[in-house]
Amino acid sequence: MSHAVPLESDSAAATGGPGGRGLEWFGVAAILMLVGAQALGLLTSPADRDMGHLQKIMYVHVPAAWNAFIAFFVVAVSSLLYLWKGQERHDLLAASAAEVGTVFTALTLALGSIWGRPTWGVWWTWDPRLTSTAVLLLIFVGYLSLRAFIEDADRRAQWSAAVGLLGALNVPIVYMSVRWWRTLHQIQSTPSTVDPEYVVGLRANAIAVLLVLVYFTMKRYRAARAERLAEQLEEQAALEGRGA
Amino acid sequence: MAFAGDLRRVRAIVWKDLTTERRSKAGFNAVAFLGILILLLFGFALGPDAEALRNAAAGALWLAILFAGVLAFNRSYQLELDGGALEPLLLYPAPRWTIFAGKFVANLLFVLMVEAIVVPVAIVLFQVKAGTGWLPALGVMLLGSVGFVALGTFYASMASRSRAREVLLPLLLFPMLIPVLLASSEASASLLAGNPMRDAGAWVRLLVAFDVIFVVASFLAFDHVIEV
Repeated sequence: MSHAVPLESDSAAATGGPGGRGLEWFGVAAILMLVGAQALGLLTSPADRDMGHLQKIMYVHVPAAWNAFIAFFVVAVSSLLYLWKGQERHDLLAASAAEVGTVFTALTLALGSIWGRPTWGVWWTWDPRLTSTAVLLLIFVGYLSLRAFIEDADRRAQWSAAVGLLGALNVPIVYMSVRWWRTLHQIQSTPSTVDPEYVVGLRANAIAVLLVLVYFTMKRYRAARAERLAEQLEEQAALEGRGA
Repeated sequence: MAFAGDLRRVRAIVWKDLTTERRSKAGFNAVAFLGILILLLFGFALGPDAEALRNAAAGALWLAILFAGVLAFNRSYQLELDGGALEPLLLYPAPRWTIFAGKFVANLLFVLMVEAIVVPVAIVLFQVKAGTGWLPALGVMLLGSVGFVALGTFYASMASRSRAREVLLPLLLFPMLIPVLLASSEASASLLAGNPMRDAGAWVRLLVAFDVIFVVASFLAFDHVIEV
């Protein structure tokens, strides 16, 4: 069963799909927005009663965590779509979102650790949210290693779609099992649990990080498209006897 | 009628895999001894204090089973690949799930036989006092093994056909098995410590849910991964 759907080999695919130059402008806007939102968060909010300025980590930690989950949701949905329809773009989108989601998850864990040391007194604690986030990271590191170890494009797409889907299916189960095992984490920061003074900064940063997520994912998607196109051209050249 | 035929195919694959194993015994012996070896290493690492050993027994036993058992799964496809037998197997006019079911049952029996050797050794080495809870603890063992083997058989169908299969399978499999590890070791620990089912009940339900979800999911997904 072959899912090799010929890429639209027009210039849009070669330069990286939709938008062309538009994506670069979008990226600039996303970064500017992030800088602005960070400044807003840092400047407008007072020091927290208990944590002081340590609380400012929230403006990156919480948006990164939310957006990592969005990224993995995209992985799950595109994997399902790939298994259903067999279109290459869904596979490439899943791979791009998984890469960016993995980076965001790692960022979430690192920042949480930096925050936890002065607050809880430890770099790491076996708390449910922390532990299940680490497991999520490992599941998707496995997903990315699977992709790295397989050369055949159809096989890579088909297998990683199955692995991505099963991994996503496991996330709630892992979370539940770890929660029963240990409970310590403070209630996570959402606009409804933090003081109104922090809400604007948190919201603005969440949106800014979401835009960065979209930008990174699109950028990776373009690169993946270009890589696939190069692979196919090479194959074609080899078949026509022009050498690889 | 078609279903009866499918069951016969499953049985044929189970019988074939187990016969291959019985005739060489190399895989089984290696895996069982590796399990015992890991238990011994845990004993050395955790020190000679009897109380500490007893508390760690359930977790150590499960880790020994996971680390030893994971070697069996790639082997079950590797033998097919070495003999060029996987493609003929796929060419038979039968639904693909029968292949997965056959491999799954054969691997499950294999792992249960390994457990039959490793568990008594763990009880002796870690000085476990098997109280009244030993029978439900065996049930937990079985439930945990079903989840472990379903995912192991599924992931091995990919890992065994890739480069770097030795490292890829544990990398994919172990993060997925964390609920199984937690639920099985917590449930068996509380059962062996003589706690009534109160504590273990939630874990057992989690194990059942995990088994149902991932047995179904791996059956469905196997169709997609075995063809390419």
